[in-house]
Amino acid sequence: MVTTLDSVDVVTVGVGWTGGIIAAECAKEGLKVVGLERGRERGTEDFSIVHDEYRYAVRYELMQDLSKETITFRNNRQQRALPMRQMGSFLLGEGLGGSGTHWNGQTWRFLPYDFQIKTMTDEKYGANKLPAEYTIQDWGITYDELEPYFDRFEKTAGISGENNNPFAGERSSDYPTPPMKKTPLLQRFETATSNLGLSPFMLPSANLSEPYENPDGQQINACQYCGFCERFGCEYGAKTSPEITVVPAARETGNYEIKFNANVVEVMKEGDRVTGVRYYDTVTFEEFIQPANVVVLTSYVLNNAKLLMVSDIGQQYDPETGQGTLGKNYAYQILPGASGFFDEQMNTFMGAGALGMSVDDFNGDAFDHGDLDFIHGASLSMTQTGSRPILHNPIPPDTPSWGADFKRASIENYTRTLGVGGQGASMPHRENYMALDGTYKDVYGVPLLQLTYNFTDQDRALHSYITERAGEIMQEMGAKTVVAGNPISDYDIVPYQTTHNTGGTIMGADPGTSVVNNFLQHWDAENLFVVGAGNFAHNGGYNPTGTVGALAYRCAEGVIRYSREGGSLV
Amino acid sequence: MADKTKNFSRRDFLKTSGIATGALIGGGIIGGLIGANTNRQDTASTNAPGTPQESTGAPGGVRGLTFFKNNAEFEILNQATERIFPEDDLGPGAIGLGVAYFIDQQLAGSYGENSKEYMQGPFFEGELTQGYQSRLKRNEMFRQGIQLMQQEAQSRFNANFVDLEGGQMDEILTAFQEDEIQMRGTTSLFFFRLLRQATLEGAYADPIYGGNHNMEGWRMKGFPGHQAAYINEIDSEDFVEIEPQSLGMEH
Repeated sequence: MVTTLDSVDVVTVGVGWTGGIIAAECAKEGLKVVGLERGRERGTEDFSIVHDEYRYAVRYELMQDLSKETITFRNNRQQRALPMRQMGSFLLGEGLGGSGTHWNGQTWRFLPYDFQIKTMTDEKYGANKLPAEYTIQDWGITYDELEPYFDRFEKTAGISGENNNPFAGERSSDYPTPPMKKTPLLQRFETATSNLGLSPFMLPSANLSEPYENPDGQQINACQYCGFCERFGCEYGAKTSPEITVVPAARETGNYEIKFNANVVEVMKEGDRVTGVRYYDTVTFEEFIQPANVVVLTSYVLNNAKLLMVSDIGQQYDPETGQGTLGKNYAYQILPGASGFFDEQMNTFMGAGALGMSVDDFNGDAFDHGDLDFIHGASLSMTQTGSRPILHNPIPPDTPSWGADFKRASIENYTRTLGVGGQGASMPHRENYMALDGTYKDVYGVPLLQLTYNFTDQDRALHSYITERAGEIMQEMGAKTVVAGNPISDYDIVPYQTTHNTGGTIMGADPGTSVVNNFLQHWDAENLFVVGAGNFAHNGGYNPTGTVGALAYRCAEGVIRYSREGGSLV
Repeated sequence: MADKTKNFSRRDFLKTSGIATGALIGGGIIGGLIGANTNRQDTASTNAPGTPQESTGAPGGVRGLTFFKNNAEFEILNQATERIFPEDDLGPGAIGLGVAYFIDQQLAGSYGENSKEYMQGPFFEGELTQGYQSRLKRNEMFRQGIQLMQQEAQSRFNANFVDLEGGQMDEILTAFQEDEIQMRGTTSLFFFRLLRQATLEGAYADPIYGGNHNMEGWRMKGFPGHQAAYINEIDSEDFVEIEPQSLGMEH
């Protein structure tokens, strides 16, 4: 039996950064908002014993329960897709705050080049710089159009940074708080990159350098550099997260309610409008329909796409024909880098998730690609996030992976190793996409999302070029041994790489090539919005959350305008 | 070779005392043996000043098995983890750190039962890039793997695994790592990786989980465990040595 609840103005599916931002903005405007969150309530008080590498970083305490739902994966269409039975390559969040609770807090704005990548690449290098199977396209919005929303998100989050990156887009205002501490280890990177003629700057951080009250009146505390950020929640309320900012801001209006243990399985559609969502109470398995004037999909990239697919909204992408947009342009990230082994012991166990310095000299189109067989690049950073002993066992090449020599080398080098890492942009490819799986189902009987993905020649060329640059920096930093990252071959879903999955519900100016318009409003249902990194038409050379936050503010404006005026917003 | 003699005497003790009974294990016999084993190396570094030798780090000072049903299996695991993470002049190895106890407890719980993982069929072998596709739970994999270690010891050296020389144990572990051992429902390479990783987890997880005895794993590595903040130390040009602290020591 399905229970139909009272209708509300806006329902969001998932309560992380995007769901929280939509809720806060809409509730402040007087709209009644319900957030459906399949995980549980949690907050700063739950993180007082969080300095536990085994529970949080190894056994994934804050992550999705895959026994209920996972995805299937294959490298190409010739393979049989099989379930991702254990988490590895990326870590899906669950619970209030979503991935915004266990993120590191590195908060970037994608480059002006990113938003107009097709136009700008064609203009500079001609239309055939990349073969046709790379389906790059403009995002239907420019950096300048999105700038006010970046500004908004950074002020909500209190981002700590310094405005001296010569390759970044124009800013309408400075960072809300000064940069974090430039530690002795970061100074090594600064000196080395300066010597090489590059332009180092402090990485923009959501681990705040000082206490901060945001425009909503929410308080964020100062980071204590405890070294437990990524995969953990912050016990100080010093890593900006949805549950300490936009969620309380929404609740304080009296117009917002969050229903926990509510797992949405379908978006209800009638004609060219959606009417609400159907969900299961994960505790009792009771079924509910939450009717709403506007539905906003605010869950993770993979789940947003899956909900549209199982609800049969939009046209599924077909790699054979290139037709359809839903599931198209799935992208990931390429991780070039180099490790350096040093003689002296360093305080590598201290740190914060977004404590780092970066250079953008090899990101976007900051360097000439005329003689290179790839486009775009990577931000290169040295971060001091706090190395922990189970997962950090650096050993020089040719050291055995166990036994007496391993033990000695891994202990010796634990405090004597630094890394320079790149976040390499990932260009979409015709054969990399998402669909529904025909065999495997979740605990509610709904098909799993199926991911078909492999690295491309573009990825391999980018990886090789940026790895060399990382090695040069490490050499200049004075490492006695520099070990460059291995060349990439096939994408492997087992080892952790990055939780920067993008695409599948991409934004654009044309309904023929995108799922949503530049207000993140669905082309086929004007009262349905889909927001998140799924909107990225390709993945850039940075962490996604800054751009996701900006898109969420843009989307909130769209929802509010739509609620008053109706119709298509573009 | 002195070690070997003591190994024999320990085994003989197990044989003659009928160690398999739960009462004896529950009564802390195993813990006592571990203590004795640590002692035999007679190195000063294994115990911090003031730490009683018999302290096990477990609540109430007792230790027992929660997954393995006989001591023979547990002893094979104990010796195998010690080969992966051996005692040396830096400090204790897996035995001294209680790694096998950590693994035993983990195998009895959600780790061993794969309870947060997708275990629905159909099962197919798949590509390496598609990851774990076995229908076996981790605890089933460990039990089978340990039985096979004993079987290999018998067929290669006509002896019990726990009585082998270190080099002989390494030969068997290497065969697992090289994927040369036939396992049912999984591969020996996969099992070996699991065993290696679990050994490191037991060496370095907070002692509240039963390994990393007396935080000696952390002390060797220079990791201070649970510290509230480094805001006052992170600007230091020099390496800062900090006495480690466990989450379990606040009470």
